[in-house]
Amino acid sequence: MASAQPAVSGPAETRPLLVNRHRLGTRIWHWVNALTVFVMLMSGLMIFNAHPRLYWGQYGANFDRPWLSIGSDGTHGFVEIGDRRIPTTGVLGQWRGDDGTVQRRAFPGWATIPSRYSLSGARRWHLAFAWLLAVPLLAYLTASLLNGHVRRDLLPTRDEARPSHVWHDIVEHARLRFPRGEAALRYNVLQKFAYLGVILLLLPLLVLTGLTMSPGLDAAWPWLLDLFGGRQSARSIHFICAMLILLFIVVHLLMVLLAGPVNEIGSMITGRFRVPPEREDAP
Amino acid sequence: MISRRKLIGSIGLGAGGLLLSGCDRLDGSPAFRGLLRSSEGLTMRAQRLVTDRTALAREFSEADMSPVFRSNGTAMPGTDAYRAHLASGFRDWRLSVDGLVDRPMLLSIEQIRAMPVRTQITRHDCVEGWSAIGKWHGVPLKLLLDAARLRGAARYIVFHCADRFGSSPYYESIDLVDALHPQTILAWGMNGAVLTVPHGAPLRLRVERQLGYKHAKYVERIEAVASLAPVYGGKGGYWEDVSDYEWYAGI
Repeated sequence: MASAQPAVSGPAETRPLLVNRHRLGTRIWHWVNALTVFVMLMSGLMIFNAHPRLYWGQYGANFDRPWLSIGSDGTHGFVEIGDRRIPTTGVLGQWRGDDGTVQRRAFPGWATIPSRYSLSGARRWHLAFAWLLAVPLLAYLTASLLNGHVRRDLLPTRDEARPSHVWHDIVEHARLRFPRGEAALRYNVLQKFAYLGVILLLLPLLVLTGLTMSPGLDAAWPWLLDLFGGRQSARSIHFICAMLILLFIVVHLLMVLLAGPVNEIGSMITGRFRVPPEREDAP
Repeated sequence: MISRRKLIGSIGLGAGGLLLSGCDRLDGSPAFRGLLRSSEGLTMRAQRLVTDRTALAREFSEADMSPVFRSNGTAMPGTDAYRAHLASGFRDWRLSVDGLVDRPMLLSIEQIRAMPVRTQITRHDCVEGWSAIGKWHGVPLKLLLDAARLRGAARYIVFHCADRFGSSPYYESIDLVDALHPQTILAWGMNGAVLTVPHGAPLRLRVERQLGYKHAKYVERIEAVASLAPVYGGKGGYWEDVSDYEWYAGI
């Protein structure tokens, strides 16, 4: 989400270099999403709680075989994936509510909106905030494709996409050695993959699979059903993409913390980024 | 470092807790719920704007049908009147078509079965998230409304049902876009047999472009109205009235 402009020339060792890193559009979209994605995730988990089973194909209900289910056998909570049953008592399937009572729902109250079971309440939140997710996404995607943001800042160069370069970046990240100086002004290749994956793949997939669950839109646009292999497949893909978004958020927040939260968060608010000076021991 | 991590962790947890309790508080505010609810009208208008209003829901082949089609909601209406109708094979049961029509009608189940039949294999989507595919046999609602001569002032069709939730009767309503749609039928048969009690015998609505709770079972009266406000709770359906589910259940 950078639109790095040429660094201001100046002696880096005397005062920190400040550059304009994020455009206003990127910053607004980021913070709208920060709110919207959380509401969508948490209200979505509540909607899942109404029927905590996932299927592949056109249909799927209680007498059909799910590929994933979350439930309780009466004494233990579990997640079942295929034939494998993983005990999850206390977190998923069976947990204690705020008042100490045992609850037998898939996702616990602290992870859902509303925190007490309400399918209609969660749908109100989910279907309202869906607009706040989808419309800015469409606007941002269109603008970023037209103004070159995707090509300039997000698409890896041929050089960056080489396996040896990607591997090098993975090793550097694992050693918590993040790019500094000039290199910190560009996204590294792992960031590019992550951001492209979210913006071009996960978010559009979430919107499209969400629309595929609409019986009204399925009638008008039956190609949605063909694209995803049925409404229940779309529901499964919707859930998987949501979990991948959750994974992205966890890694994203971790990286912000490790890279210097004040500078990183500040740059996403003001747009101004303080360039970390080159390492003394830089090769 | 550990204490800093702990600090950041507890700030995160605190912010999360604040967000969550904030959401619950917002959820309790009628003004905020009204704001969220306003997206329902936006969704309906947007869907109808960008899609063909007469588009047909996908019809499947026999091979695509669910092996078992679960039922939901009422499995057996508890009233004495319904039990008596069931015991007599619905011999004295009548469907009333009334309200804003020029020719109110009372129809027996035999008369309804004698009308032109539409058979369709469609997917039923419950608001909870599951889907089942089944075959339905019934009379297009449009034929009934045409026979009863719908008046110009009629804007909604209300379906009054025999089942009760506590003392409240189940009911549902749709507008004329869906009421006159060719796949909107009053089904008296399912999967090649007469409709069973858990699926709404003797007559249920199929409104294929909306979610399951719109498909009223045990329909005994069809009323054409100009406004939904004076009908029961005023929101157009049982679940709409008691649990704030959307009246437009196209998504």
